[in-house]
Amino acid sequence: MGSRGSHAARIPDGDSIRRETGFSQASLLRLYHRFRALDRNEKGYLSRVDLQQIGALAVNPLGERIIDSFFPDGNLRVDFPGFVRVLAHFRPVDDDDSGMRDPKQPEPLNSRMNKLRFVFQLYDLDRDGKISRHEMLQVLRLMVGVQVTEEQLESITDRTVQEADEDGDGAVSFLEFTKSLEKMDIEQKMSIRILK
Amino acid sequence: MLLASLPLLGLPLAGAATTEAPTQEPGSSGEPPPGLALFRWQWHEVEAPYLVALWILVASLAKIVFHLSRKVTSLVPESCLLILLGLVLGGIVLAVAKKAEYQLEPGTFFLFLLPPIVLDSGYFMPSRLFFDNLGAILTYAVVGTLWNAFTTGAALWGLQQAGLVAPRVQASLLDFLLFGSLISAVDPVAVLAVFEEVHVNDTLFIIVFGESLLNDAVTVVLYKVCNSFVEMGSANVQAADYLKGVASLFVVSLGGAAVGLVFAFLLALTTRFTKRVRIIEPLLVFLLAYAAYLTAEMASLSAILAVTMCGLGCKKYVEANISHKSRTAVKYTMKTLASCAETVIFMLLGISAVDSSKWAWDSGLVLGTLFFILFFRALGVVLQTWVLNQFRLVPLDKIDQVVMSYGGLRGAVAFALVILLDRTKVPAKDYFVATTIVVVFFTVIVQGLTIKPLVKWLKVKRSEHHKPTLNQELHEHTFDHILAAVEDVVGHHGYHYWRDRWEQFDKKYLSQLLMRRSAYRIRDQIWDVYYRLNIRDAISFVDQGGHVLSSTGLTLPSMPSRNSVAETSVTNLLRESGSGACLDLQVIDTVRSGRDREDAAMHHLLCGGLYKPRRRYKASCSRHFISEDAQERQDKEIFQQNMKRRLESFKSTKHNICFNKSKPRPRKTGRKKKDGLANTEATNGKPLRDLGFQDTAAVILTVESEEEEESDSSETEKEDDEGIIFVARATSEVLQEGKVSGE
Repeated sequence: MGSRGSHAARIPDGDSIRRETGFSQASLLRLYHRFRALDRNEKGYLSRVDLQQIGALAVNPLGERIIDSFFPDGNLRVDFPGFVRVLAHFRPVDDDDSGMRDPKQPEPLNSRMNKLRFVFQLYDLDRDGKISRHEMLQVLRLMVGVQVTEEQLESITDRTVQEADEDGDGAVSFLEFTKSLEKMDIEQKMSIRILK
Repeated sequence: MLLASLPLLGLPLAGAATTEAPTQEPGSSGEPPPGLALFRWQWHEVEAPYLVALWILVASLAKIVFHLSRKVTSLVPESCLLILLGLVLGGIVLAVAKKAEYQLEPGTFFLFLLPPIVLDSGYFMPSRLFFDNLGAILTYAVVGTLWNAFTTGAALWGLQQAGLVAPRVQASLLDFLLFGSLISAVDPVAVLAVFEEVHVNDTLFIIVFGESLLNDAVTVVLYKVCNSFVEMGSANVQAADYLKGVASLFVVSLGGAAVGLVFAFLLALTTRFTKRVRIIEPLLVFLLAYAAYLTAEMASLSAILAVTMCGLGCKKYVEANISHKSRTAVKYTMKTLASCAETVIFMLLGISAVDSSKWAWDSGLVLGTLFFILFFRALGVVLQTWVLNQFRLVPLDKIDQVVMSYGGLRGAVAFALVILLDRTKVPAKDYFVATTIVVVFFTVIVQGLTIKPLVKWLKVKRSEHHKPTLNQELHEHTFDHILAAVEDVVGHHGYHYWRDRWEQFDKKYLSQLLMRRSAYRIRDQIWDVYYRLNIRDAISFVDQGGHVLSSTGLTLPSMPSRNSVAETSVTNLLRESGSGACLDLQVIDTVRSGRDREDAAMHHLLCGGLYKPRRRYKASCSRHFISEDAQERQDKEIFQQNMKRRLESFKSTKHNICFNKSKPRPRKTGRKKKDGLANTEATNGKPLRDLGFQDTAAVILTVESEEEEESDSSETEKEDDEGIIFVARATSEVLQEGKVSGE
């Protein structure tokens, strides 16, 4: 454990991050290396530009939104703890988490609820807690190829919102969102196996 | 491997070795010389090439006929159909000529039919994926093949001892080991042919396919070693020979790879200088790769490894050096040759099976072999996977293992090797030939037919059977995209010290040596032109406030806008989306009421329209469809939209951004192909310096050149990409000017 200890010492606040996010030592180290690799000028934080340089994100329809999710509240920089905090949502769910968790502690970041909340926030840009029809339309526009016309998109949006909206307010709240996805295996779909 | 010099194609040329004299000799017997003949039948002169052309033509026509019926091709893989066609044709020939002609001759096979396929595979292999999984591939190729060979051989021998194999099959343990070694190798041709039909994930595909390529070395060594042991007689084999056998494994494989790399280097170097002679570029690629194959063959090293390494190694540099047209030419020619060779191989396999004089049947041997290869392959895969999963970042799960063991097909290589056996040394050759034929047919036909339903059944078993709502479909796609994006952020393949070191070395030395320097300058000129063209548009774009999607005034090259599509019927959408459409069969079946129909239409629309997340892409090694267009189109669209948005956000925060003067030198974009295509890093842009701006806009839009790219973008997009860059640069320049002039 001696050499491992020295590794943890290299990561600033390593222990507290580990406690908060639940990552293993190895994963944290891997993420730290990645953080350093992305950080072009060794500033100690990442800016939007650094993340935009990941080429594959440029061909991902949700790439921009994912990048934005790293910069909550209009920040322009994200430091390593912030970086890890976002990625913690994608940690695979441990089976022993649910049984032994202390109910007083906040839910771990990678619980089903928090994963869903992360996705919800990707849709809900104005953070009003609801996905309005307009926001849904925007997401659909992102995700659909240009051969689908505006009218078709709008009708799809209408149907989508209609399906999920239960209280008839024309928007999808977080609860409605969760309900519409209750059959989906979120834990599996939103987990990256290498982030143990 | 050393080949005896066998006649090409085994055609009955012997009788017609000498061409007929075109005119009769003036008869000394007093016949009057015949008049000038207007028309002569000179079959023998053209016989050989004509027959070759005819066979290939028949094969191609057969392919056309197969693809006329979508239903058939979706159920039955092409390889099956071709083998069956071969059987039919062979039967016809047999009936007509009373003897079997046109066999799969090992000489033709190894010299002419196999190289195009291997070259095509090596060249289009995604190198990043390949090297990431190299450990697994090597394990399966080496350990797996050895395991298969020895266990199958030993089991068959045991079967013989137990009396289940008729005593007329005179084979010793060594003979069985020899047979085991040639029957146990997974065949690249068959694997590729079948896996094209089955959409498995990239990792699985590259492991099975890589295994099939790399096990050639092992097969070659085993075959040669066992063959020479058999020839020496089992009594004369000494311990030193065993050691030599093991050593030769290393020699053959590493030597083959080295030969390939040498030729890759040569190829890259020569293409650097072909600027003025563009027309020979495709020729160079093919010739040098073929030379690599022949050289390795001559030195009795592993020729398949040589060609694979040549393709893998040279691709990055060659693609950077040769012109766009040459690139297209190379791609299409390679695919054509490989497809043609594959077709001919399967057909000849079918034909060769008909000749019953060459084989002799023994049920025990045949059934035993079939059972053992399946059983030991499955066992081997399970054991090795268990070991590998301890070390792998992404473990291989049960379904992967099932597909891997079921997808280990044997093919023409085994058949060619068995034909090469010397009957005097191996008296049981005929029985082995029959067994090999049955095994090859079984694996290609039965396993090929059933693997797709099997995979579907296994995958479907996991998911639930309910009709997905629009929400769920949409969100599922969302999740896939999010996951792909986060994986990219995390650097899914982990932090690899050696890969970084290699890329540094490559950047510093190799690329400078092997890539054309003038490529930069050419790009600069294009840039210049684009710049001038687009600045007007850029200004107007900025002035308009940048409507994201409805800017028809923006003349970015080939950017379709949503409004420009007049009408799209659902069927059109479906046809465009091709085979990647979702399996919402239930939706189609239960269409009853008008609302349901509308629902279904919407499902189709959504399905067809949604961008496919990265996971679901077919591997680009497909030979039957060069269908990268859909993916390229998608990437292009998404890229352009993303760039627009970045421009938007940049503009909106322009007052907040602090202009860093010490930006890293603006790098030009070029995006890598899936398999690690290089791109040039411009050290600067000369026209840019004249304008005197270095600012964040350029950097926002440059794409990290070293990052791994999953996309299949081709060089043609670079011009489009640069168009966008110009927009951005021009925009920022305008903004800067605005700032300077005190807005």
